[in-house]
Amino acid sequence: MKKKKNLLLLTAALAALMAFTPPRGYELGDRVENFKLKNVDGKMVSLADYKDQKGVILIFDCNTCPYSKAYNDRIIALHKKYEPKGFPVITINANDPNMSPGDSFDEMVARAKSKNYTFPYLFDETQEVARAFGATNTPHVYLLAKSGNDFVVSYIGAIDNSPQKADAADKRYVEDAIEALLAGKAVPTQKTRAVGCGIKYRNA
Amino acid sequence: MRKLLWFAVLNLAWFESGGQTPSNARIINLSELTSIMSRSTGNVMVVNFWATWCAPCIQELPLLEELNTSAENVDVLLVSMDLDLDPDPQKVYRFVTRRKLQSQVLLLNEKDPNSWIDRVEPSWSGALPATLVINPQTGKRIFVEGQLKEGKLQEMLARVR
Repeated sequence: MKKKKNLLLLTAALAALMAFTPPRGYELGDRVENFKLKNVDGKMVSLADYKDQKGVILIFDCNTCPYSKAYNDRIIALHKKYEPKGFPVITINANDPNMSPGDSFDEMVARAKSKNYTFPYLFDETQEVARAFGATNTPHVYLLAKSGNDFVVSYIGAIDNSPQKADAADKRYVEDAIEALLAGKAVPTQKTRAVGCGIKYRNA
Repeated sequence: MRKLLWFAVLNLAWFESGGQTPSNARIINLSELTSIMSRSTGNVMVVNFWATWCAPCIQELPLLEELNTSAENVDVLLVSMDLDLDPDPQKVYRFVTRRKLQSQVLLLNEKDPNSWIDRVEPSWSGALPATLVINPQTGKRIFVEGQLKEGKLQEMLARVR
């Protein structure tokens, strides 16, 4: 009887811990689990669909964040430049539309159409994928490199070091990382932080 | 004559932009910020990182303003990150005036956040809003990311006592 009570307490404590500890999220070198989310065209897209690529530039993004707006054309340019080299872009919006109405699925469809997205813009409605990655801001890049049958996290952070103007950037973190990977070299800067909009998590 | 004309144009531009800098707002760099954060006035410091474009930041502002006016021995510093995206401080100045903010507003003017975020708070992802409570007396500091809910500031203050 006592044992049962202890077990119950332990379970409760564990549940409390899980509820209050933010997810650690993927770190550099981690193997990424497959995910499957709805794209703006209504079709499902999974990471496994990209198994024949060299990697994926995965970006947690949204419609409303001024940083996302500032980087929008740079994200489109990244896809244009690196999709032919085996590193296409996938963007994911994880913002709760109740907290940020401009980030609803319909608004995502409108954005993708007005900016002629040629890459997926996926809706992480349950926020499970963003939580698994430990994504905090928008835009937040996870550069994934194919290693055997797995996708491995090779860079986490910002696109470059100049949110105001693309041409003023003197560090282009994502491009430098991909060029290094393509050349079989070590990624020069593996992790960066930038000021940005927090992802609107429910019950955060 | 030409100089005079330029002077007139500049003055007009200043006037047009709505000109006045509120007395409780100013632009600072990182070393000024870190020296303010490490100064020991005896007061507990609540350092809130925000921006005028950040909706959850604006929502939590009244809690910080209320604390600033009601709590003794607590200094509230509202550190605006607006200049990271827009070099013109007028939007912040207008906001401070319109909202009649009473707390000290500091506009951080630093490029390349990746080079300085660690020096402010190593556990900060860079996402806004974020709030740091520092007690220079006990040396205790608490940092939270995300929107402050009612009572959260009081809980943080109690924990640094």
